[in-house]
Formats: sequence, structure tokens, C-alpha cells
Amino acid sequence: MLSVTPDSMGTVTAPAGVIAAGFSPVADDSRAINGTVGDITAIDPRMTARHVNVYYGDKLAINNVSLDIGKNEVIAMIGPSGCGKSTFLRCLNRMNDTIDICRVEGEIRLDDQDIYDSGLDVVPLRAQVGMVFQKPNPFPKSIYDNVAYGPRIHGLTGSKSELDEIVEQSLLKAGLWDEVKDRLDEVGTGLSGGQQQRLCIARTIAVAPEVILMDEPCSALDPIATARVEELIDELREQYTIAIVTHSMQQAARVSQRTAYFHLGELVEVGKTDDIFTNPRHRLTEDYITGRFG
Amino acid sequence: MSNTLLILILLGLMVLAYWLGVRRSRRLVAGSGGVRALHSLPAYYGFFTALWCGLPALLVLFLWVSLQPGVIRDLVISDLPEMERALPPAQLGLVINDIQNLAQGNIVSAEVNPAMEQAAAHYQRLQQTGYAASVVVVLSLALAGLSLGWRLITPKFRARNRVESVVKWLLVGCSTIAIFTTLGIVLSVLFEAIRFFETVPITEFLFGLEWSPQMAIREDQVGSSGAFGVIPLFAGTLLIALIAMLVAVPIGLMSAIYLSEYAGAHFRAWAKPLLEILAGIPTVVYGFFAALTVAPFIRNNGAPLGLDVSSESALAAGLVMGIMIIPFISSLSDDVINAVPQTMRDASLGIGATHSETVRKVILPAALPGIVGGILLAVSRAIGETMIVVMAAGLSANLTANPLQSVTTVTVQIVTLLVGDQEFDSPKTLAAFALGLLLFLITLVLNVVALHVVRRYREAYE
Repeated sequence: MLSVTPDSMGTVTAPAGVIAAGFSPVADDSRAINGTVGDITAIDPRMTARHVNVYYGDKLAINNVSLDIGKNEVIAMIGPSGCGKSTFLRCLNRMNDTIDICRVEGEIRLDDQDIYDSGLDVVPLRAQVGMVFQKPNPFPKSIYDNVAYGPRIHGLTGSKSELDEIVEQSLLKAGLWDEVKDRLDEVGTGLSGGQQQRLCIARTIAVAPEVILMDEPCSALDPIATARVEELIDELREQYTIAIVTHSMQQAARVSQRTAYFHLGELVEVGKTDDIFTNPRHRLTEDYITGRFG
Repeated sequence: MSNTLLILILLGLMVLAYWLGVRRSRRLVAGSGGVRALHSLPAYYGFFTALWCGLPALLVLFLWVSLQPGVIRDLVISDLPEMERALPPAQLGLVINDIQNLAQGNIVSAEVNPAMEQAAAHYQRLQQTGYAASVVVVLSLALAGLSLGWRLITPKFRARNRVESVVKWLLVGCSTIAIFTTLGIVLSVLFEAIRFFETVPITEFLFGLEWSPQMAIREDQVGSSGAFGVIPLFAGTLLIALIAMLVAVPIGLMSAIYLSEYAGAHFRAWAKPLLEILAGIPTVVYGFFAALTVAPFIRNNGAPLGLDVSSESALAAGLVMGIMIIPFISSLSDDVINAVPQTMRDASLGIGATHSETVRKVILPAALPGIVGGILLAVSRAIGETMIVVMAAGLSANLTANPLQSVTTVTVQIVTLLVGDQEFDSPKTLAAFALGLLLFLITLVLNVVALHVVRRYREAYE
């Protein structure tokens, strides 16, 4: 029988933050789990993901990721292409269900409700967890109908005036109202790229979601339009919880409070955005942020 | 030696010319850097020489073959006795025919006289001379072209550009053949139709309510005057097309929606080709399916319900035509539904719309112009469809909206008007051309509108 003294355990076992997959960890923090460096928890979590694995067919796209998304915070997910950050984002409102070969393991909760529970209806979930996509994708309908689409299918309004009110409020919140209020019946696809993306944001917030997922929302926009959308994200934070995937580290630094760095399907490091960018603790994070790869 | 042999020899010469051209180009630069010193690859020099060898010779041969019979004919006529030369053109033609037959050893209609025998011998001589001359001219032209092309080759010579411009003209020629054929058909139909409208006023044709194209052969025959009102035919055509669309549009569209939106990859992989097999069934098979299976079925089942169903009902023809058109509509709709970007589906699903809401409120409205275009194409197909209605629809031109009665269509009437021995100057025969013209115009308009709609749709997402 092998006995281990408490004393030897403390020195022999690896710290909890060690990553198995060949990464070289640096000094660890106490609350890290699953090989992730840093604190994966949020003070007031709205969504919690635990031990999430995602497979595309036999290929493991996300390996054992655990992460909290806190109320009224913007969390940025960064990492090189193909690192799984978008896949993880799409797990949060089960958009991956539309991909036949995609399989999700683990547990994701929205306000203590397991969203992968077999009894859960995915339709109200997606109303609660809205999504804004990489490429602006307004419907080829009028601006008004674009925003009114969600409220109509969910039957959120009883009268035309209520619907008008929701449309106006959503466009106001998305910072688009002044630009389009005189031409609500024009086609949404006729707007400029930046306006289209803000229209898509208005369309998402029209169904009053709790969480908004943004998948590289500014990658198809020019710098000025990007600045508008970033301002908007900052304003929206007061009412919504936002998770944003981005390739731009400056954007992550500007808009987010917490940042998660993904690499090859694993969550390498999470922390306050300021800490991550000024004092990354994992070598991979540091290499990525300093532009050595990615 | 026949012209086929001559053409084969020409082709052989072209192969030789190709080889000579390639060899000469390689030799020219053998000492100075090899193929890289040439402007074009050696094969282009080969093609260039072969074209010089073959093209002028083939052109001359073609002209010769098309002009020789006329020239020989004129020469033979000028040699005939005065009496026969003065014959009217139709009879002169007969004489020439006899001379040709005599020369070729075929059966001759008239009695053979010495003058004719002489003419036949003359004809034969002329033909032989002409043929020998053509061989000499064509072959010497080919050889001259070969040597000219061969001489033109220098390292700086731009053979590729020359060959490619010849190929371009070849392509232009091929595309204009199709255009001119269409034009020719349209014009011939148009002129015959104009001849028809000389006997039957166009207003009577377009607005007449009665169709009975039987013309009297003798003065005292019963029913001597034909009536050429096209309205009953178009009513019948549209009735059958309408029934066909009522079958094809819902079934085709819904199967397209199922296949593109709901079906799994496995089901789709075998269901879609299977559905498209329907389009591969020959229309004549649909025709006897309609005439022998569907029509009796409708009549037998109509009788107990107290319905008086004609054995050649519009319903039977329309139903079967609808089935024929299903794959047309389903595959076109499937294409436009698939062309709706995935981002549209994501946007709708991301807001929390169900799959069916997404289909109804986003995908179908976005694909609608394309679907409408597909439906219009299918309508023009239904209107022009012939075999099913010839076999399953009736011949009597009833002006009725009752699908259980027998109606006839434009295409059926064209077929019946032209089948069998016909006089070509009777309005009865010419009416077929007028009908054809009208049908052509209608399907043309439908196609143009449909293509326009489909094209506009394609630009919508760019």
C-alpha cells in the first residue's frame, strides 16, 4: 500500500492549471480548472458552460471548455482561426443544431436551465440568447419588417402601435433610428454595410434577449462603421450580456471586460481584459497577443 | 473516286501538314535555345500549317459541290434541241430529271430518243470532267496552302494568335448556325402564316369562336366552308395547362421544400434522382398512360357519382401532363431555394424562429421570384406539349370550361392538320402554320418573361 503524506502531495502533484495537451503552463491561479489558466467564473453568471466537448463527426473541435458569462459584461473570445471560439459561441444558443454532424457534450446552463436538456424547446432559448453574425444578413424585406420579424413570430405584441414602439426602440438602441426613421419601408439590404449590421443588432434586440452572441460582428465593416458598432456594444452592456468573438485584439481590448483565449479547441486562459493584455500568464496567450503567431 | 475519299485525303494531308509544321518549327530553333526561342509552342505551328492546308481546299470543295449541279444543268440545257429548250420550266425539269436518270442508269419515265441519249452522254461527260477538275483544283490548293503555311513559319511568327483567331471564328460560326436556324424556322412559319391570312382574315382567326378546318374538295360537298376560329383551341390548351399546373405546382413546390429543407442527406441522395427520372420518361409513354389508364379510370369512377365524363377528358390529359411537369418545377424550385444564402436561415433561426417559420417567412419570399420564373417556364412547356394531348385529349373543338368534357389543343390540331396527304395551298394546311406561329409567340413571351424574372432574382444577393 502506498501512502502519501499531505506534505508530499503539495509538492508532487501538478498545479490545477496544468494543461495536458502539450502546453507549457506558467504559474497558476487558484480557481483555474480543466487546464485553463485564470478564473473561468464570473461574479454574477448568466450562462455557465462546464466541460463542453464539441465534435464535428469524429473530429474533436472543442475540448473540455468551461466558462462563465457574467451578467452585464462583455466577454471577448479571441484566438487564431480554427481555434473553436465561434463553435463555442454557437453552442450557447444551440445554433450548432443546424449542422447535422455536430455533437455537443457537457453542460451549458442559462440561468440554471440546462439548455441541452432533452425537454428544452430551442425556439424560446434562441429568443433569449440572440445572435449577430459575421456578415450582415438582413432579410430582403423592408427595414421595418426586418426588425418586426422577431416580435411577430413570437407574438410579442398585440397591436400595430405596440409593434411600432418595439421597432422604434430597437432601432434607437441600435443607434440606427435617426438614419432610417424616414425610410422604414425601404429594403434592408439597400443600407450600407455598417447600417446593415446595426439593423441586424436591432433585429436581435427586438425580441428582448438576455444574452447577445456576436460572431465577429465587425469583420465585414470599415473602421468607422466598426467604431459605431463598438460604441453600441458598450451601450448595450448595461441591459444585456454580450459574448463577442473577434479577430481584432484591439477590439477585444476596447469593448470587453473579460477575455478568453482559445487555442486548438482548448480554452487556454481567461481573465480580466486588462490583465490578459498587459500581463498574460500563459506562454501561448502571450505569443498570440504580442503577435508572434495567429 | 468519290468526294468522301477526297475529304479523307485532305484530312490525311492536314495531318501531314501538322507534322511538317511542328518539325520545321523545332528545326528552326534547334541551335538557338530550343522551343523557348519560338513565339508559340510547336503544336501551334503544326495547327497553323494544317489549317492553311485544309481550310481553303475544303472551302473550295464545298463551293464546287454546291455549284456544280447547277452549272452542268445549264450546260446540258443549252445543248438540248431547240424544241425542248422552249418547254415550260416544269416540263423542262422533268426532261432534265430523265436525262439524269438515264445517265445514272435509273428508270426513265419517258421514251428514250436519240437526242436524250446524247444529252445523257453529255451530262455524264460533264460530270466526270467536273469531278476530275475539282480533285485537281482541291488537291493542288491543299498542297499550295501547305507549302505557304510551311514557309511562313519563323521563330518570331505568332502562330498561336493566328490559330486562336481561326478557332474564335469557328466558335462564332457554330453559334450563328443555331441563331440562323431559329430565324429560318420562324420566317418560314411566318410566311406560310401570312399566306393563310390572305384567305382567312386575321381577326376571324384570332377571335372566331368556332374551329372546323374541314374544307370542301367538291363544290356541292356538305360542310364545305371551314371555320378557323382559334379561341376554342386556346381555351382547350389553357384548360389542360391549368389542370396540369394545379397538379404540378403544389406537388413540385412542396417536394422541393421537403427535399431542400427537411430531408436528410441520405433520403435526398436517392429521392432527388428518382424524382428527376419522371422527366426522363418519354412523353409518348405518358400519352398512353393517360389514354389507356387515367382516362378510363376517371370515366369509370365518374359514372357512379352521376358525372358524365368524356372518355377523352381534359382532366385526364391535364393530370398526366401535371405529373410530367412535377420534376420540372421541383428541380427549378429546389435550385432557387438552395440559392437562398445560409446566412438568411441562420438569421431567422438565431432570432428563435422555427424551421417552418423560416421556410414560410424568409426562404419562400426570398426564393419567390425564382419559383415564379420556374413556374412560367413550366407553363410554356405545358402549352407546347404535344404527345400527351395528341393521345389523350380529344379532337373536337369544344368551347367549355368543364374539365370532364373533351377539348382539343393547338398542338393536337397542328398534328391532325399536317398528318397524311395534304394539299399545300389549302387554308386547312396553312392553318397549321398560323397556329404554330401563335403558339411560338405565346411560349416565346412566357419564356422571355420567365428568364427575365429568374435573372433578376439571381442578382438579388450580390
